[in-house]
Amino acid sequence: MDLTEKITALAPDVQVEEAQYPTYTVSSDRLHEVAWMLRKKEGYDFLLSLTGIDLGEALGVIYHLSKSENPMDLIVLKTSTTDRENPQLFSVTDIWRTANLNEREVFGLFGIRFINHPDMRRLFLNNSWNGFPFRKDYDENPELNPLNLESECQSDKLRSLSFTKQGVIEREGEVFSKEEYVVNIGPQHPATHGVLHFRVSLDGEIIKKVDPHLGYIHRGVEKMCERMSYPQMLHLTDRLDYLSAHINRHALCMCIEKAAEIEVSERVLYIRTIMDELTRIASHLLGWASMCMDMGALTAFIYGMRDREKIIDIFEATCGARLIMNYNVIGGVMYDLHPDFQKQVKEFIPYMRKMMKEYHQIFTGNIIASERMHNIGMLTKKKAIAYGVTGPSGRASGFSCDVRKHKPYGVYDKVNFSEMLREEGDAFARYMLRLDEIMESLNILEQLIDNIPEGSIQTKIKPIIRIPEGEYFQAVEAARGLFGVYICSKGDKSPYRLKFRSPGLPLISIVNLIAREEKIADLIAIGGSLDYVVPDIDR
Amino acid sequence: MSSFAAYIKSWFTGLGSLLTGLKVSMTNFLRPKVTECYPENRATLKMPARFKGELIMPHDANNEHNCTACGICQMNCPNNTIKVITDTIETEEGKKKKILKSYIYKLGQCSFCSMCVNTCPFNAITFAPTYENALFTRSKLIHQLNNEGSRLKEKKKKEEAAS
Amino acid sequence: MFDFKIVTDWIDQTLRSYLPDFGVLVIELILVGIALLAAYAVFAIILIWFERKICAWFQCRLGPNRVGGRWGLLQTVADTIKILVKELIPINHIDKFLFYLAPFIVILGSMLSFGALPFGKGLHAIDFNIGVFYFIAVSSLGVLGVLLAGWSSNNKFSMIGAMRSGAQMVSYELSIGLSLLTMVIFAGTMQVSQLVNQQADMWFIFKGHIPAFIAFVIYLIAGHAETSRGPFDLPEAESELTAGYHTEYSGIQFGFYYLAEYLNMFIIAAIATTIFLGGWQPFHIPGWDGFNQVMDYIPTPLWFIGKTFFCIFLSLWVRWTFPRLRIDQLLRLEWKYLLPLNLLNILLMALVVISGWHF
Repeated sequence: MDLTEKITALAPDVQVEEAQYPTYTVSSDRLHEVAWMLRKKEGYDFLLSLTGIDLGEALGVIYHLSKSENPMDLIVLKTSTTDRENPQLFSVTDIWRTANLNEREVFGLFGIRFINHPDMRRLFLNNSWNGFPFRKDYDENPELNPLNLESECQSDKLRSLSFTKQGVIEREGEVFSKEEYVVNIGPQHPATHGVLHFRVSLDGEIIKKVDPHLGYIHRGVEKMCERMSYPQMLHLTDRLDYLSAHINRHALCMCIEKAAEIEVSERVLYIRTIMDELTRIASHLLGWASMCMDMGALTAFIYGMRDREKIIDIFEATCGARLIMNYNVIGGVMYDLHPDFQKQVKEFIPYMRKMMKEYHQIFTGNIIASERMHNIGMLTKKKAIAYGVTGPSGRASGFSCDVRKHKPYGVYDKVNFSEMLREEGDAFARYMLRLDEIMESLNILEQLIDNIPEGSIQTKIKPIIRIPEGEYFQAVEAARGLFGVYICSKGDKSPYRLKFRSPGLPLISIVNLIAREEKIADLIAIGGSLDYVVPDIDR
Repeated sequence: MSSFAAYIKSWFTGLGSLLTGLKVSMTNFLRPKVTECYPENRATLKMPARFKGELIMPHDANNEHNCTACGICQMNCPNNTIKVITDTIETEEGKKKKILKSYIYKLGQCSFCSMCVNTCPFNAITFAPTYENALFTRSKLIHQLNNEGSRLKEKKKKEEAAS
Repeated sequence: MFDFKIVTDWIDQTLRSYLPDFGVLVIELILVGIALLAAYAVFAIILIWFERKICAWFQCRLGPNRVGGRWGLLQTVADTIKILVKELIPINHIDKFLFYLAPFIVILGSMLSFGALPFGKGLHAIDFNIGVFYFIAVSSLGVLGVLLAGWSSNNKFSMIGAMRSGAQMVSYELSIGLSLLTMVIFAGTMQVSQLVNQQADMWFIFKGHIPAFIAFVIYLIAGHAETSRGPFDLPEAESELTAGYHTEYSGIQFGFYYLAEYLNMFIIAAIATTIFLGGWQPFHIPGWDGFNQVMDYIPTPLWFIGKTFFCIFLSLWVRWTFPRLRIDQLLRLEWKYLLPLNLLNILLMALVVISGWHF
């Protein structure tokens, strides 16, 4: 019995489409059973992305699912509700843990309330926000949501819907009780790397609960994209995870190219891959450096920044910018490589290898550092998959999730590299995995840098790019994990709905899980080892 | 007894690791420093030619530019950074023609995505590798890119003159 | 060797010829007080500059290089002026009395031990016969200020920082006391002047060889922890507690903590110098008379300050290399590693003294 038949058995009204990925649309009351079956019987244990969508007369949710053995073999599950006044759908938080924060995001932006979700607060918006901004009929009148210059107290009240025999009833709870010693780590805090806000309940030095409070720099990038033409929206991707700017932009470019059937030359593929790997090294260096700084080793931080500067200089010469490079464009790249590019990269590779030894000597081997990182923030493989933790943090728990291996893009299929995996799942494993990945990226660079073929750097494209009607998904391996772009197009020059699957949001969702019962200093070390970037979480 | 041996061993491995760390920082102590003495090295500091510091409109010796005021850049700009203000004049042949009056560029709003430069059909604008763009007032970030009294470079006339 | 007693005696004699005994005493106290306070401030300014420069060099940077020439010599002077004119931000819901008192207690603690240091031959304000004991006693006064600051600030970060500080000080006082005790056993006296004089031919660290060296290292580690500077900077741990116990302080109140922190570093190094490295005694090698004479030409305060700065350099080297310890590591280091070693070391020292296995 194949999957379609099994789903039909549970939900007779299922609509099956063979789009880019097999797509199953089920009615809202059958969704939970179908999801449960997929998770328990079929082994679809990895919820890649959960997207809310305004379908006009209905509000829908799209689930991108896969099995953890092959995370890039996707199926798409869809559901919707026609009740726009009081939309309610069943939560899948009990099936895939990662849905927790995603469903809160959908609630805030689309107003869909999820039944049996334990904590139905809005994720990015204040509870007092009027309207649901991502709906197509959202009233943008600034008077409805005036700029508030006063400090707003966040209520500790939880509201949730639970499904009982009497029907759906509202429940109330609280995040922290009055007796708890709650400390605000952030939004202005040296170790949160941006405006991230953890509310931490403490018992002495021991952490009892962490409640992340997000949305301080939520810009609504996805909504902005709906108003821009495809070439215009590219510049927003650099501003999500600004440390993997090239990689994010690569994802969106590939998604649009695939959808609009634009071929890019071999040279472009090589250039993009090299740039991606340089970005990855730069990002991991910064991750390493800031983790050292969080743990009090300021000197190591400066060493990391010093060496990252070399990559930034390479970018500056070729792309004309240091951080937000705006380099990939649809159908190619913006400029050809700088004449000195290959020389610079070849000088950098041996230099970085030498410095790597010093990094290990000054920090990895250090007894203080290694004791602080070992057995801290344990994340098991099972939990990593359930919470959708990808990238170095997921691989440190043994979750083989490298998109470069599972579904090669660029020229990753032409290079010889291995996916770094560790089994321990503690902060030290995550830390080491980043350093290992730098070494592996250097290997990739070494293989590519001398073999860049000649060719054009820009395919001729139409002045106005329209994507044929349909849905497209493209994932890449960003420095912090799986970065995905989902485009739902109606054939216009801008998308109907665009979603960025951020690698950062799952990282935040596990903080409460892995930092509990550890010490305050460990929370900082765990944060450093997860290496999240806030604009990527908040989007 | 083995735990005692481990304890004694931890003394030496711990001390050893600390001493290696001290060695590394000492080698860096003795290395040449990487600080750039910025305002002093202005003369030698060269930005890469591609560096995007601000948008400019190149003018030639006759104070002529390439901008036909078509407004494609303004249309393509994702942030409303560019405003092309036009005038309509009558040419010698009696045709009505749009010419550029002022090309307003808001540096403070620009995200340097290069959409304007890439889409300009006449290569009238480009990015200049300037730096030190910080100012005390926001209003000064609004630049007018065309010089006073500048006009469009007229290609046809030149060709005629050459023939 | 120039004996500064000549100068001080001359001042004393001159004053006595004009004033009654009581007046002389008052004026001398004021003079000594002013001299010490001035030295206190000057040392702090120099130390801050020194640390910035050393820290920069460890990090492949240049450090201060703008204000005051290429070496940025006036940078800290400028910063001092800045911190003096900064606004004191009034905080609501604090225990005002304790909040304003706390910085003074911290300063007092370090000032009291600073005053009793032997800066050079004849430059010693007060010479107790229990000098070492006195140092241990007054240097731990500072923790009171830290605890008060944390408690009175009405800030959760400050509170955690202060509590950490308390645990840290109580533990590391033990190591400081025991390592100094080792040397007291060796020297047979607690009086600072006698301790220094006994090192005229050879410094204690050479005389007492292995046990003295171990005591020296333990003292530096524990003293470093006592000053709450990285890797032992848990009470302020900027990446965890923003600024720990002095989060709520601003302007010159914060300046007091800053000052005390640097001076404590100086005091710890100075005590290490006095007890292990011969105080102001020049470097002498028995038998090398010509060499010893040349060494004697260098003024004694220079010897003292030079050796102190060497110890400070060691602590800066450590500070700018290692990551911060966690609270359990911090306590484990003291109770499981330093304390047993310290006790063994005392035993060893006693053995050395009894058997006369020293130079």
